[in-house]
Amino acid sequence: MNYNIKFNKFYKNFNILSSVLIIISILFLIFKGLNFGVDFKGGTLIEIRTTNENIDISKLRKSFRSLNLGDVTVKKFGNNKDFIVKFDKKNTNNPTFINDIKTKLEKKLTYSVDFRRVENVGPKVSSELLQSGIIAICLSLAAMLIYIWVRFEWQFSLGAIIALFHDVIITLGIFSLFSFEINLSIVAAILTIVGYSMNDTVVIFDRVRENLKKYSDIKIFELTNISINETLSRTLITSVTTLLALFSIYFFGGQILKGFSLAMILGVFFGTYSSIYIANPILVFLKVSQRTILKDDSN
Amino acid sequence: MLYFSKIKIISVVILSILLSYFASSNFFKFDDKYFSKNINLGLDLQGGSYLLLEVDNKPVIIETLQNKVIELKKYFKDKKIILRNISLENNLISFMVDQNQLETTIEHLDKDESIINPYYQQFKTHQFNIETLKNKINLSISNYGLVKIKNSSLDQALEIVRRRVDEIGTNEPNILKRGNDRILVELPGLKDPGRIKSLLGKTANLTFRFVTENSEETFGTEKVSFEDGSEQLIISKRIVISGDNLVDAQPRMDTQMNETIVSFTLDRVGAKKFAKATTTGVGKRLAIVLDEKIISAPNVREPIVGGNGQISGGFTFQSATDLALLLRSGALPAPLNIIEERTVGPDLGQDSINAGIFSLFIGFFLVIFYMFYKYKIFGLIANATLIINLFLLIGILTLLEATLTLPGIAGIILTVGMAVDANVLIFERIREETKLEKNPIIAFDSGYTKSRTTILDANITTLIAATILFFMGSGPVKGFSITLGIGILSTLFSVYFIARLLTSLYVTKNKHKEKLI
Repeated sequence: MNYNIKFNKFYKNFNILSSVLIIISILFLIFKGLNFGVDFKGGTLIEIRTTNENIDISKLRKSFRSLNLGDVTVKKFGNNKDFIVKFDKKNTNNPTFINDIKTKLEKKLTYSVDFRRVENVGPKVSSELLQSGIIAICLSLAAMLIYIWVRFEWQFSLGAIIALFHDVIITLGIFSLFSFEINLSIVAAILTIVGYSMNDTVVIFDRVRENLKKYSDIKIFELTNISINETLSRTLITSVTTLLALFSIYFFGGQILKGFSLAMILGVFFGTYSSIYIANPILVFLKVSQRTILKDDSN
Repeated sequence: MLYFSKIKIISVVILSILLSYFASSNFFKFDDKYFSKNINLGLDLQGGSYLLLEVDNKPVIIETLQNKVIELKKYFKDKKIILRNISLENNLISFMVDQNQLETTIEHLDKDESIINPYYQQFKTHQFNIETLKNKINLSISNYGLVKIKNSSLDQALEIVRRRVDEIGTNEPNILKRGNDRILVELPGLKDPGRIKSLLGKTANLTFRFVTENSEETFGTEKVSFEDGSEQLIISKRIVISGDNLVDAQPRMDTQMNETIVSFTLDRVGAKKFAKATTTGVGKRLAIVLDEKIISAPNVREPIVGGNGQISGGFTFQSATDLALLLRSGALPAPLNIIEERTVGPDLGQDSINAGIFSLFIGFFLVIFYMFYKYKIFGLIANATLIINLFLLIGILTLLEATLTLPGIAGIILTVGMAVDANVLIFERIREETKLEKNPIIAFDSGYTKSRTTILDANITTLIAATILFFMGSGPVKGFSITLGIGILSTLFSVYFIARLLTSLYVTKNKHKEKLI
């Protein structure tokens, strides 16, 4: 299919929009922060399935509060029988800690519950996990920067990396806004987003470079638009197939993968958008021309 | 790009069939000695417990320092050097020597082949760092000295943990070192890790020591309380025998007293020592101390010479079994703390598998229908490639006996979504080329050639992300990076060998048709 959409007419408007979104996201990240799960904050998480179909969540919450576990949060998890309970208190090496909670809880509720999943992370481990998560994200950004630098010219590298930051920051900003939980799988999602967004940008950049060689008389402002249109069909098809896969994980893959697939869906959306509206305007801004790549070839 | 030699075709077909065979061996039981490999299911899918234990090295370090003080005294006494005001505080050994002996003392401590301050020839650093203030010498453990202590206590602890876990008899436990002071224990299928946790939480340091009335013992005395906290006794610090002397321990039922006991057998040295002590100590009370708590303190009624004995202390059958197990497997060199625990019940694991596979099928069919709708015949080629790609991916995972986790399944589904990208890039490029070139074979060929660098670039970026995740991620997330990374490789293979082969067959057969794609 042939597209001829004037993407470049909206470069300015969307750049302003993106800048605003980034600033809002950063403000959210600074002032509201992220809702870290037990992986990164430490504490205890229990997934409970009750045998009672019509359990009242406030009763469950009240029962937990009376166990002196500190700040307890109880949330529904998928259906009416499943709940996620989180509290800060860590198992202080008492082997019967979890069993004690179960016995006391069943006594209070007068029917049996099943602890389907228990996660207990000490403060040292959680801070290490957080640290290695941050390092992993920074490392992947750095690796992408270097790779693109080697394959293209620095202007392209800069454009791609700013697009990546844009995607990561806005995805995290949305997680902060809605207080979605950040756990280990979200870090995996962010790394995959980095890979995907890069993938998308590289495809367009490859075409920009090819066109730069082909047409010496077309300005970069027009040239990026031609390149985006030429690759648009591929961009759309791949985004659709990836989103089809992700939506099927989101809706059918179970509760545990919900956060992961949501982060990925957001990432694919912003990754596709940023390849067009962040990475390309930066090439225009940096006045990339045929000379930029020819200079490189003569080396 | 469209030409394939016969050898290439045959090897591609053979490789695909072989990997598909591996893949299907997960679902059907083959009676095959050589190829019976399976994908391992992660703890989040099969259910089980994951424990991360940290060795608390503080007591070991203090013990090493205390021994060093004794060693130093003895060593320099032999060399006729007097150490004065020797003290041990804040992990620092300090003492003073006469001014005229200072130089020789330091030489003893600082020479390369020093016996009292070793490791130099091995690590180019001594066990202790030396610091002098006039005639005062301070010794502190060097980094290598610390590493050495940590490594040896970790090795010992690992061995003991392995014995204890094996004794309980869970199926296929996985016990590994992590760093220089941690042990990872994975227990598949275990629903309640309570018992293992209580067994691993005990150091199990057993000693037999006499109860004394006078606190003027030569070895010194200490106050120790009973396990239930009911009573305190003054007992000697002199150890009659310790857990090291035990060769066996078993729970028994004492029919006379009608209670559960733990009977033990001593080694030769232990039996001798025990016989001697119980002969001289008839009438005295002998305290059985486990981890600084008295289990019981019976009166010695008669000498025990056979090397067999028994411990009673109001045990239930369970607690007697556990104590016997702990004594058999030996004492930990240092206490272990559980710093991370994750347990997944088997039914949740099964639910996750079902949900994962269901969503894989949904995602797969959605992508297949979409590709057919977009590209018709070539959509079919892309879809056939996708199916073979899935077999290849699962086949490689099986061959590597990789661990499949829930995020790993997500990685496979994501691969399904992203794998078609390479084919889309090629098909789109071919469409562009057919506008410029009338000969379909040339158009297809240049479509493949011109899209190659883009496809490589695009896939390498994702591969970089997957590699970093593999090295930085832990547990289930690592499983995601494995499927994502191998998915990229199998995608590239299937696109360039299988899809290209099918395309070339189709194009050469239909080269006179108008508008192939």
